[in-house]
Amino acid sequence: MRTEELKAFAKNIRINIVNCIGSVGVGHVGGSLSIADLLAVLYGKQMNIDPKNPKMEGRDRLVCSKGHAGPAIYSVLAEKGYFDKALLSTMNKGGTNLPSHCDMNKTVGVDMTAGSLGQGLSCAVGLAIGSRLCKDGATIYAIIGDGESDEGQIWEAAMYAGSQKLENLIAFTDYNKLQLDNYVAEINDLSPLADKWASFNWDVIEVADGNDVEQIDEAVTQAKTVKGKPHMIILNTVKGKGISFVESAGVGSHSMPMPSDKVEQALRELRGE
Amino acid sequence: MITQETFMKDVFTSYLAEEMRRDEKVVVLDADLAKCIGTNKMWAEFPDRMFDVGVAEANMASIAAGLSAYGFKPVITSFAPFVTRRCADQIMISIAYAKQNVKIIGTDPGICAELNGGTHMPLEDIGMLRSIPNVTIYEPTDAVELARLMPQIMAKEGVVYVRLHRKNPTLVYSEDENRAFDLYKADVVREGKDVSIVASGIMVDTAVKASEALAEEGISCEVVCCHTIKPIDAETILRSVKKTNAVVTCENHNVMGGLRSAVCEVLCENYPAPVRSVGVKEQFGEVGKVPYLRKAFRLEEVDVIAAVKEVLAAKK
Repeated sequence: MRTEELKAFAKNIRINIVNCIGSVGVGHVGGSLSIADLLAVLYGKQMNIDPKNPKMEGRDRLVCSKGHAGPAIYSVLAEKGYFDKALLSTMNKGGTNLPSHCDMNKTVGVDMTAGSLGQGLSCAVGLAIGSRLCKDGATIYAIIGDGESDEGQIWEAAMYAGSQKLENLIAFTDYNKLQLDNYVAEINDLSPLADKWASFNWDVIEVADGNDVEQIDEAVTQAKTVKGKPHMIILNTVKGKGISFVESAGVGSHSMPMPSDKVEQALRELRGE
Repeated sequence: MITQETFMKDVFTSYLAEEMRRDEKVVVLDADLAKCIGTNKMWAEFPDRMFDVGVAEANMASIAAGLSAYGFKPVITSFAPFVTRRCADQIMISIAYAKQNVKIIGTDPGICAELNGGTHMPLEDIGMLRSIPNVTIYEPTDAVELARLMPQIMAKEGVVYVRLHRKNPTLVYSEDENRAFDLYKADVVREGKDVSIVASGIMVDTAVKASEALAEEGISCEVVCCHTIKPIDAETILRSVKKTNAVVTCENHNVMGGLRSAVCEVLCENYPAPVRSVGVKEQFGEVGKVPYLRKAFRLEEVDVIAAVKEVLAAKK
């Protein structure tokens, strides 16, 4: 996809997120919207995948370690045709295949279960080692949250991936500076985040606007040229990006009500009406 | 050949090496205790499939889940408290909830932790893991049984926790034992009619010895070796208890959450009968050699004998 197509793809992902969460009336809106552009780049351009063959051998895989961004993952998967978009309105309803947090055994196209924070990056390390053992050339992607980075296990995984020189692992921090209770810097300051990852022997790229598909795409392309290290791409994002009332909710956007009037307001804004 | 001198950790590692030669999908992860468990002996032969992740059990468990999701068959090892308690949520979510195929090897169960003391003495591991769906919990009785069951453990798709005594507990079985060991079937190692002693791990031998002493007093004990605590073999236990109508459980674990709890759950729903238990009761571990610890936690032959007499009194 070209840049304009990626932007349109990201917009459609956002529309799906709003419809998906709107069908339940409440959900993790902020952290889902902040990674929509990243997902557009990965599923629209960078990942070697086949929605018609979701278990394709040697495919690239994504671990959404911040598992509460399930609505964003379902939205991109539906947009890519892994399953019918109508399924999005079943999220979190009894018996659904789209639970709030990602479940590889329920949802076609989800590569790893996540939800208890801090574990997904270690799982991605396991996948990356698996791919290296199989010599299949796959790239393993992982998305972690900035709040999630409080978890000690993130840094256990970071140290081991660096030690193992897992160059086929590309991880992203959704650095939207907000976690559930407050600003990240107020709760448990992550800065200097790039220095931290570099000191764990990772190749680090900081993306100034983590909601700009062009900048994200360039970073991923550049990461793939660096050998001998795992890659951390720090995306400076905006929580709730694309919908003004969600953005302005700030800390309150982690999980927020999305009643039908707000859904309509959000969709009008996304469509530019 | 297995003798009384054979260490169970050697039975485990030698079978694991065989399995790795046969199946290139088997991978092993250690957390800086490979030299204690003996998996370090396999480093040279399988340099690409042995991973020592350092002192980071949570990371090890989730990495294993990722490897399983990629089609590998990971075996993770550490001392029992660290490969269970320290990474309980990773076993729960990354491994079990995600339906991964991971074997968990935890060594030095209960008082077998000896000189490492209370911090290293797992008396709650079975209780913790028993509440996680679809986890098989196996505590080897001796080297003979372990050798016979290792193929079944490795062939089982899913999560199996092996509560492995590294050393050489007294052999309950001889190597030419003519018994079809089944991971999911308890073994009646001594037949009797007055009381059923359901035992696991190092307590099986203790139960057998107590039964021999009780026989001299005219008390006939049936000893059921319940090596797999989950899923528990209700059929064998009920068959025995319907004959004896009295039960003593014996375990190297807290009586809360372990074998006693599992047996009582079977009985209360199917065939209520008086039960007395030998096991650790509301205590933390402590440092010492096994004879001292058996005395301190009341895990001796005399404790089994006392429990049998008590339950027989209750039965009347």
